[in-house]
Amino acid sequence: MKRFAALFTALDRTTKITPKVDALAAYFTQAPEDDRLWTVALLSGRRPRRAVTTTRLREWAAERAGLPLWLFEECYPVVGDLAETIALVLPDPSGTSTASLSDWMAEIATLAGMEDSERKARILAAWDRLDRTERFLFNKLLTGGFRVGVSQKLMTRALSRATGIDEAELAHRLMGDWTPATTSWAGLIETPDPAAQQARPYPFYLAYQVDGTPDALGDPANWLAEYKWDGIRGQLIVRGGDHFVWSRGEELMTDRFPELVAARDFLRPGIALDGEILAWADGRPLPFAALQKRITRKSVPKKLLAEAPVVFTAYDLLEEDGQDIRQRPLSDRRARLNAIIAALPADAPIRPSPLLPFDDWAALAETRSGARDIGAEGVMLKRADAPYLSGRKKGDWWKWKLDPLSVDAVMIYAQAGHGRRATLYTDFTFAVWHDGELVPFTKAYSGLTDAEFREITQWVRRNTLQRFGPVRQVKPEHVFEIAFEGIQESPRHKSGLALRFPRMARWRRDKPVAEANTLDDLRAMLAAWG
Amino acid sequence: MAVLSFTDRGIYCPAGDFFVDPWRPVDRALVTHGHADHARPGHRRYLATASAAPVMRHRLGDIPLETIAYGETRRIGDAQVSFHPAGHVPGSAQIRIEVGGEVWVISGDYKLEQDGLSDPFEPIRCHAFVSECTFGLPIFRWRPQAEVMTDINAWWAENAAQGRFSLLGAYALGKAQRLLAGVDTGIGPILTHGAVEATCAVMRAQGIALPATVPVTPDTDLKAHMGALVLAPPSALAGPWARRFGPAATGIASGWMALRGVRRRRGADRGFVLSDHADWTGLNAAIRETGAQRVFVTHGYTAVFRRWLAEQGYDADIVETAYEGESLDTATDQP
Repeated sequence: MKRFAALFTALDRTTKITPKVDALAAYFTQAPEDDRLWTVALLSGRRPRRAVTTTRLREWAAERAGLPLWLFEECYPVVGDLAETIALVLPDPSGTSTASLSDWMAEIATLAGMEDSERKARILAAWDRLDRTERFLFNKLLTGGFRVGVSQKLMTRALSRATGIDEAELAHRLMGDWTPATTSWAGLIETPDPAAQQARPYPFYLAYQVDGTPDALGDPANWLAEYKWDGIRGQLIVRGGDHFVWSRGEELMTDRFPELVAARDFLRPGIALDGEILAWADGRPLPFAALQKRITRKSVPKKLLAEAPVVFTAYDLLEEDGQDIRQRPLSDRRARLNAIIAALPADAPIRPSPLLPFDDWAALAETRSGARDIGAEGVMLKRADAPYLSGRKKGDWWKWKLDPLSVDAVMIYAQAGHGRRATLYTDFTFAVWHDGELVPFTKAYSGLTDAEFREITQWVRRNTLQRFGPVRQVKPEHVFEIAFEGIQESPRHKSGLALRFPRMARWRRDKPVAEANTLDDLRAMLAAWG
Repeated sequence: MAVLSFTDRGIYCPAGDFFVDPWRPVDRALVTHGHADHARPGHRRYLATASAAPVMRHRLGDIPLETIAYGETRRIGDAQVSFHPAGHVPGSAQIRIEVGGEVWVISGDYKLEQDGLSDPFEPIRCHAFVSECTFGLPIFRWRPQAEVMTDINAWWAENAAQGRFSLLGAYALGKAQRLLAGVDTGIGPILTHGAVEATCAVMRAQGIALPATVPVTPDTDLKAHMGALVLAPPSALAGPWARRFGPAATGIASGWMALRGVRRRRGADRGFVLSDHADWTGLNAAIRETGAQRVFVTHGYTAVFRRWLAEQGYDADIVETAYEGESLDTATDQP
């Protein structure tokens, strides 16, 4: 663990790319192969199964530190990270350990099958042999979450430097649902096993947001446009006799969307489609909330299948007849895709995302302005002669989303932030007017600059009316423009509605509190777009 | 009877008709130390320690300030008053107030560890203790200053070897001088931001020994000082002032650096956990050593710390004040 902790410390001590790549490349050259493999797995978001509940961890840590549990619980939101909180409160260790990362991963794997008392003894023993950084990492691994400010792209670059293998090729080799238990360093990185390739998806290409208008993109004739759908990005793959549905997070979702088994009947094997999974009824997408119900279930009851059936809305073809065609221009891939889908029956759960005709940007702007009415959230622009790249690269794919919906609302409660924002008030509750009263309808945490958060923090400290634990009720004095992507009914909320992705678009210092929006304004939005 | 009452202008002693660290203008103010949230302008009369006076005059101008030595007793109305070292920054004091045999102590800001510069914290027996609790959670436990200085020296030496400046953010009053007194001056020259240099000059003038520093001005020849340690208030690190140093390494010395999230938000390469406030262990030890039964907590994690103290058997209360403790977000630590 010492070598891995040193790597983590080096990565954590800088925000600059070059030293991070240097540290990773050195690690991938020098560390034992099993440790390298685990590191690749962890940095590409592959987590070990959670070996212990966080409830138990909190109890054991508080007990070991000699603290009442309530006090530990008060510390957690200030730190914002359970693994770190535990590392900070535990007494200094009495020993050290030379066990490697993969040794500890093996230890963690054995914990899952143990009795609670034995598990506790093992974990306390581990805490007593690890220093603060090692403990923090051990706790991270125990609880299954691991993010250290290293993107997969950055890791792949370092891996490429250490192995001499091309970055794009490595990115592809790392796709899929492998774990260190199912593969080896050689089998994954150096000489990939063809059988393991059967299910493997391609790295996704991600778009950037258009800044203002697309005028800077040049001649509209060079671009293809389609709607931007509000669903789940995915790849639908048919190889051999099997089909696979992958999420952008490289999660295999095949069983969650049984409708898509039809792909085996309709598509010639050796095919990979890129597109959006949408809940779909009566010729248009259902609200995202309907799809959300499907995402959370591993197996789907019949009733839900009938209520929220899904379709795969395809917009790109990455593989045809077993050939990787990503280097062909989009116009060519699109033509092939259209030909394949045109041959399918109209009720097949695989449908094309139609190309939107336009002659100039003004015409496309017109189409975009109606996107919300057909259940889309804007338009996509893709360069017609571009290959299919991987990751987020500027230039060939752009999303041109609709301006968000917005209301002006009054801040009524404030709460300190977590983790990196623990010293600031950043979590606010907002209200709109109804019958002469302010009715809370949403929370928002983001959108202000650091300077604005500092200013509002000073203000909150001096204008607190009442405290409810960590929450402060403040004078209703400040109006903020709250932007959001969608609105839906929600009987669980006092206001009867819930927003999607609410954030603070602007601090409306110019607006008196009396001019904030009303609950009726929000209900009108719900009626129009909910 | 209560020696002190807590008002919207500050902590008040009726028997002596004076305030301690008031935040609104009053007739007579006893001031624990020169930080802006404790020493404010606009009072008619001030009383502070002789060693805190120069900085207060520097910051507040020509104020009607009387001084008192540590340990000296003075009678104000029906109150006996004395000032005792708080170990927070040079000149900082706890104020002991005795009325009719009842003793109350106001800690101001304090730390227990000796920093090599401030007079060390002195526990004062009392019936009631008014304590800060800026870092009143068990996640805050400081390592010894010597270890932190070793880390800072190693960081500075490595940057110097690569020809980079080491920009270190620290409070202009107290922390910056503590660092100056603690780092290995053999590694290279030390440059200072104007706010830091001004306080250093005041302290040197009152006889506090500090290593030589070079104030940064538009005319400073930076090439002649490559690899220097640069001391500046934390807020200056992200601004235009810091750009002149090119691709420098940045660090911040603060108790808040104990939290990885705060360090990341500040965007500094390195966080050095060094505070002029007591950590969890220090707060508990200090309160225990006063022998006080009543404890008032003023600023910091007051609600949590009060509950903890109550569970330990103290008669504990929260006092709302305008003190800020250690804030990373104070502009330059000036009023």
